[in-house]
Amino acid sequence: MFACARRFAEGGLAKSCIHVQSAGGIDKGFVVIVCRACPDPPCARVCPTDALLPREGGGVKLDIEECIGCGNCVEACPFGAILWDGEQNKPRVCVYCGYCAPHCPYGVLALEELEEAPHDRG
Amino acid sequence: MTVDKLLERVLYVDLDKRRFHVEHRPELFEEAIGGTGVAIRLLHEECPEGADPMGPENPMIMAVGPMVGLYPLASKTVAMFKSPHTGNLGESHAGGRSAVALRLAGYGALVVRGVSNMPVYLVIDEAGVQFRDASALWGMHSSYTVGSVLREREAGSGLRSIMRIGRAGERGVTYACVITETFRHFGRLGLGTVWGSKGLKALVIRGKHALPVADRRAYRRTYDGIFETLTESSLMQKYHELGTAMNVLPLNELGALPTKNLQDARFEGAEAISGEALAEEYLGRRVACAHCPVACIHLATLRTSFPDKPYFYKTQLVGYDHEPIFATGSMLGLDEVNGMLSLLDEIEVHGLDAMSAGVALAWATEMLERELISLEDTDGVEFRWGNAEAYIEGAGKIVTQPTDFYKALARGVDHASSIYGGRDAALAFGGNEMPGYHTGPGCHVGYLTGARQSHLDSAGYSVDQKVAQSGESLTPSELAETLLEEERWRQVLTSLVICLFARNVYEPETVINSLEPLGISTTESELREIGARILREKNAFKEREGFSMDSLRIPERITETMSPLGQVDPAYMRETIEAYRQKL
Ligand code: SF4
Repeated sequence: MFACARRFAEGGLAKSCIHVQSAGGIDKGFVVIVCRACPDPPCARVCPTDALLPREGGGVKLDIEECIGCGNCVEACPFGAILWDGEQNKPRVCVYCGYCAPHCPYGVLALEELEEAPHDRG
Repeated sequence: MTVDKLLERVLYVDLDKRRFHVEHRPELFEEAIGGTGVAIRLLHEECPEGADPMGPENPMIMAVGPMVGLYPLASKTVAMFKSPHTGNLGESHAGGRSAVALRLAGYGALVVRGVSNMPVYLVIDEAGVQFRDASALWGMHSSYTVGSVLREREAGSGLRSIMRIGRAGERGVTYACVITETFRHFGRLGLGTVWGSKGLKALVIRGKHALPVADRRAYRRTYDGIFETLTESSLMQKYHELGTAMNVLPLNELGALPTKNLQDARFEGAEAISGEALAEEYLGRRVACAHCPVACIHLATLRTSFPDKPYFYKTQLVGYDHEPIFATGSMLGLDEVNGMLSLLDEIEVHGLDAMSAGVALAWATEMLERELISLEDTDGVEFRWGNAEAYIEGAGKIVTQPTDFYKALARGVDHASSIYGGRDAALAFGGNEMPGYHTGPGCHVGYLTGARQSHLDSAGYSVDQKVAQSGESLTPSELAETLLEEERWRQVLTSLVICLFARNVYEPETVINSLEPLGISTTESELREIGARILREKNAFKEREGFSMDSLRIPERITETMSPLGQVDPAYMRETIEAYRQKL
């Protein structure tokens, strides 16, 4: 989470596009919530201004200037992977830059190019 | 030093009137950095002389520092208050998500004043404070349940800290802790007791602010350098692999592991409760404080069966570290891991300080052996070395206090021994029960002189071990100087709220380099001066409240049981304490 915000060379978490939370208490472990690069992204379908468009290879691209901050995309993503930047009032979504991966010392995160759709991998 | 606009915000909460306000205090953070330095300033401002620790005039202060949310392992929150346990300076630190949550909610410090006329919990975020009715949570048997209720009820999962007390805090046990994120604690000196006296059951703090830096490029460069040292060098590896429990066996070999109320310093069952044995047989999960790549928090799986129901089990996780293992293992002669974990779990359910509780139970066992107390006093509980069931029952009775004896024990061994005798074996230092080291005079002088009566103040145990290795003993003045220098520098680290496990990574130069990109220019001598001043401010508070280095009680037991450096000489200790006082 902090690495993602550090892409913009800042601290804190406002700009982070990846979220980690416990699965109902720390004893239950953690879940990582990040864009799963859907081939046919439901978030893009509900964007009224086409600010969020499907990206080649899966997932979406956000044109921040077109975005009106309606939050439809947040509702549409079943994984909760579209986060919200309350300071800008705009969505935040993973751009697959991979900056986070080397900052995960336990190899939970990796950036990989996939042949098949990510859903096939569970 | 300059300070960012979020850090300088101090949130004041008034429980009497259920109001809050924010004050901008840049000067506070410029002069005192954050954490310990800021908290002691606020305590001086807020706590009137002679305040009743359980009264409305005792403030509850928490502070974080400039590096939180920006650098790894700047993960601690410093709490300050007047301790109901020692009647003097109360200071306790905890990690988890507490520091990141408070900082990213947009505050550098929190001051809670007054007493609520009904149980409340507070939800703190960037919008301020919400006061919530906690009467349904008050009196709840298990602190775990309080945690799960709040987890479900309040928003902000992954961005928040949930701190709560158990029934020990509600019922005035003077060594009640505050539990944060289930497995971390503001363990020592009775922060939980202060909350209980205020009717404060829990705090939920959440936030995700951005923290801009002054020099973006230098920030990323410095960060990556520190990250690399943390993850690639061996400096932190031991904390990840075995955790602090790695100390059990080496200390035992040295003859420095307090055993059976320090009647011994070697425990025949050490192997069974060692970090190695726990990691191999019981380790269920390792987790970390927010923004820490080390992950030193070790959670053991405890599988309990229900005797009257065949094939019926409950599996849960119990956190362990060196100190809880010493307090509930060797100190109680307990070498059966399931029993030890069950006791730790019981302690967690009630929200007791595991260290004080273990030492109290150890003292009670010896008192029963010496017939200074009877089974009537213990309400029929037969404390016996290694008897986990008795200790589990005893821990519960410290909370419910069915007899006068438990009422006394609920105030610690210093107090209880002043009534029942057995002072020689009452292992408290400045009123606080001992930590898990009997390495020589250094550790004990450290417990006595340290501002928070803790092994973490000046790490005397490490000085002792160096003396043992080199074979060259220190004069009282040299020992005092070594302890003092360490304690002064630790004021800097704990004001930056850097986890002390990273003290070898955050050397002065690294600290200076990491502050620079944040727009804070400083020098090593300036930092060291600030550290020395903070320590003096703490001791000024202590003296004001009646603490005196001259009248410190040295429990005879530590001079009787052999340490790795031989018999600890009380005269040498006194001289060192005097030298420390003068140098301070
Ligand atoms: S080393 Fe342990 S205590 Fe320190 S910040 Fe990391 S997880 Fe927390």
